[in-house]
Amino acid sequence: MIAKRIFGSDAMAFWFLAGLFIVTVLVAVLNLATPEDAALHVPTYLVALLGKYLCYAILALSIDLVWGYVGILSLGHGAFFALGGYGMGMYLMRQIGPRGVYGDPVLPDFMVFLNWKELPWYWLGFDNFLFAMVMVALIPGILAFVFGYLAFRSRVTGVYLSIITQAMTYALLLAFFRNDMGFGGNNGLTDFKDLLGFNLQTDGMRVSLFAASALALALCYLLCLWITRSRFGKVLIAVRDAESRTRFMGYRVEGYKLAAFTLSAVMAGIAGALYVPQVGIINPGEFAPQNSIEAVVWVAVGGRGTLVGAAIGAIVVNFGKTVFTGVLPELWLFALGGLFIFVTLLMPKGIVGTVPQLLDMLRSRKAQNAVAPEPPKTEASTPAGE
Amino acid sequence: MVILTLSRLRRFCLIAMAILTLAGAGAIGQARAQDVQEALKLFAGSYDDIQKGIEALAVSGQPTAIEILQALSDNRLIVGADGSLVYKDAAGALHDAATGAVVAAEPPGAKPVRANNRIRRAAEAALGQLTLVSPDPAKRLDAALSVFKSKDQTSLPLIETALARENDPKVKTALERARAALILYGPGEEAAKLDAVKVIAAQGNQDALAMLTSAPTPSPAVAAAIKDAAEAIEGRLALWSGVQSFYYGISLGSVLLLAAIGLAITFGVMGVINMAHGEMVMIGAYTTFVVQDIIRTSAPWLFDYSLAIALPLAFLVSGAVGILIERVIIRFLYGRPLETLLATFGLSLVLQQAVRTIFGPTNREVGNPAWMSGAFDLGGLTLTYNRMWIIVFSMVVLVVLMIVLRRTAFGLQMRAVTQNRRMAGSMGIRTNWVDMLTFGLGSGVAGIAGVALSQIDNVSPNLGQGYIIDSFMVVVFGGVGNLWGTLVGAMTLGITNKLLEPVAGAVLGKIFVLVALVLFIQRKPRGLFPQKGRAVER
Repeated sequence: MIAKRIFGSDAMAFWFLAGLFIVTVLVAVLNLATPEDAALHVPTYLVALLGKYLCYAILALSIDLVWGYVGILSLGHGAFFALGGYGMGMYLMRQIGPRGVYGDPVLPDFMVFLNWKELPWYWLGFDNFLFAMVMVALIPGILAFVFGYLAFRSRVTGVYLSIITQAMTYALLLAFFRNDMGFGGNNGLTDFKDLLGFNLQTDGMRVSLFAASALALALCYLLCLWITRSRFGKVLIAVRDAESRTRFMGYRVEGYKLAAFTLSAVMAGIAGALYVPQVGIINPGEFAPQNSIEAVVWVAVGGRGTLVGAAIGAIVVNFGKTVFTGVLPELWLFALGGLFIFVTLLMPKGIVGTVPQLLDMLRSRKAQNAVAPEPPKTEASTPAGE
Repeated sequence: MVILTLSRLRRFCLIAMAILTLAGAGAIGQARAQDVQEALKLFAGSYDDIQKGIEALAVSGQPTAIEILQALSDNRLIVGADGSLVYKDAAGALHDAATGAVVAAEPPGAKPVRANNRIRRAAEAALGQLTLVSPDPAKRLDAALSVFKSKDQTSLPLIETALARENDPKVKTALERARAALILYGPGEEAAKLDAVKVIAAQGNQDALAMLTSAPTPSPAVAAAIKDAAEAIEGRLALWSGVQSFYYGISLGSVLLLAAIGLAITFGVMGVINMAHGEMVMIGAYTTFVVQDIIRTSAPWLFDYSLAIALPLAFLVSGAVGILIERVIIRFLYGRPLETLLATFGLSLVLQQAVRTIFGPTNREVGNPAWMSGAFDLGGLTLTYNRMWIIVFSMVVLVVLMIVLRRTAFGLQMRAVTQNRRMAGSMGIRTNWVDMLTFGLGSGVAGIAGVALSQIDNVSPNLGQGYIIDSFMVVVFGGVGNLWGTLVGAMTLGITNKLLEPVAGAVLGKIFVLVALVLFIQRKPRGLFPQKGRAVER
């Protein structure tokens, strides 16, 4: 079986991808092919919301790759996400063309407003979709490469690394708030019209973006899975568990860390690029250090070092956020903060690690309680991945 | 209300002045009296005449001049058919304009002196000049400064008069400067103008610079003198602004020191990254608010002591919260710094929201006691008292902490645990107690910092967040577990920030500092003053 060959013994990976595929198809069909008033109709706002969750899931996946498998706790992944978002935002701004408020064929509105005469050099080329997409991956990648090269070479590890990644995203936050930077300052980039010539507001476009996010999530997941199962991935795990020993065994630890960190930043950038057209805005707030920390918590909630857990954690926490901020907005921070504490103290393995454990415990207790003579059938179906 | 107070003030001045001038009336002399008579007569004439009369009166030194002008603008000045002038004071009593003596009845054919806007303006200006000889030194100073600014040439004679009788050195300088300004902008001779340039240059501030650079230059000698003086002033101003930035830098540095020093203790001794540290600071600030609130409602006379009361309370409250956190959460996460970071971050969210729920999301007002408000001048600087006290306070906190760490039994145990936890445990030190108390101490110091920060920052649920990243930068820059490192780190960051600010702007300066810090950590991953020995690799 092909699935068996790809996933090895990992049924969880198979079910995750299958589930993702089914949900995507269902959402697409129920949104496009059912009338608005049908009971099963998925409204368009929900499609965009789900698409947003999927982008967060990719971000969480990228964090899990470095935190879960290499032990680098980055508190600055939001910066890569936002940079990717800005890359996409710049392309979308150029797409507006003369339809802006000021009607300038080249300059985005905020530049006209700031009395700029021509496009800054770093905006050149962003009218080309391919170029923009390359930049979306390249810019976070380059930043991560330079930053990681400097940090790993001088063996900045542990909390020190966390703190300087936080300083990095904080510095970028401050920088992007400046109007002189040429990225729209405080307001960021917004008012997008269309992508590749298709109107962003149509249902078809929404569903396409949602499907693209799902596809990207699946591909990123497969890539991470392949990396972590490979020989390279084994070294990464060795670095996580005993960095000095790995170094003494002759591996160039810095190179492995740098590769993982850079790849992870590229993934975060792609997630940001998919995120922006679905929410319709990118502003410096995305660089806020709190966003990055929150993303780390998604991973912790779902289960660090499990990949599937990262994606599930991102979706579950954000779903909770949507519900909470709608119903009891003042309680959301209590819930989120409590979740941080609860998960780190009592659920160090996250949902993916803990739920099967609980199920196991329940089953074994049942089995003990039941003095029934029949043999416990459950033993055969212990969840895979344990 | 304002007008009322103003007129009251004026009246007070007038009476005081009348007494003063009456005492020296003999010196005025006969010739003056003649001028006054002439001037007073003019008030019976046309608007032009009245204006001339006002101008003559302003420079006459007439004791009742202020009363007369005041009465004129209030329509209380009355002229008889024979040209005799009387004014009604605010109480309604009639006075003779020339002598100020009370008269019984209005002269025959009396009618009020007419006043239009032009006349009122002239009267206002004349009153302004007359305050140059007011008995109140503060008013004289104001008047001199306003002449300096307005460069109104007609004030020159009055300035001379005022200078002749001025005893207050401060006012005298101001008057001399005003005279110099008038000479510089007037039609005077070259020698006088050169002197004037010198006098103004001696003032050496922004006003003087503006005055010099826009002055007319009738001769090359004056132009050259002005150029030299302007350059000298510019150099001086640049120096002072440098000193000012430096002072602001020290002030910011001491704020950072206060915010970071508790973190240095918890991080240094226990290796615990406490992301909720900023919230300990915030709790300290809110403790101050509560203390002041209680004082306001029940014991207002204690207000000046509110900070002294709040300090120990803030220490206890934040310290107690810290100990609670240590017992409930952090205790279980020792040796897992990354998890601690996440859990304490969650805690910081909970604490912020809790404070928001209890005290509301808006800023709370924390007042400055009298001894902390205001400012004083030092050279070309204006230093505010609250900033100065915070510098002093942060140094006191630093010294006290150093003494605690180096001279007390608790400090000894704390250092022992820092250096080798297991060995310290084997020697009979209860390491988990030391951990708890250390965390309490660090949190308590954060609470104290909150009391200080409540004086210069908005007390809001987000107070701590604004400082947490900077505090971490300070600790990481200085090296953990070393209070000297924290001091050097805080001061370096504060001063660099403020020195960069005028050059690059506040935000860009901050970005530079952050980037520089990130690069610095690459060079020295364990900070300026790293811990040495085997204890480092934990």
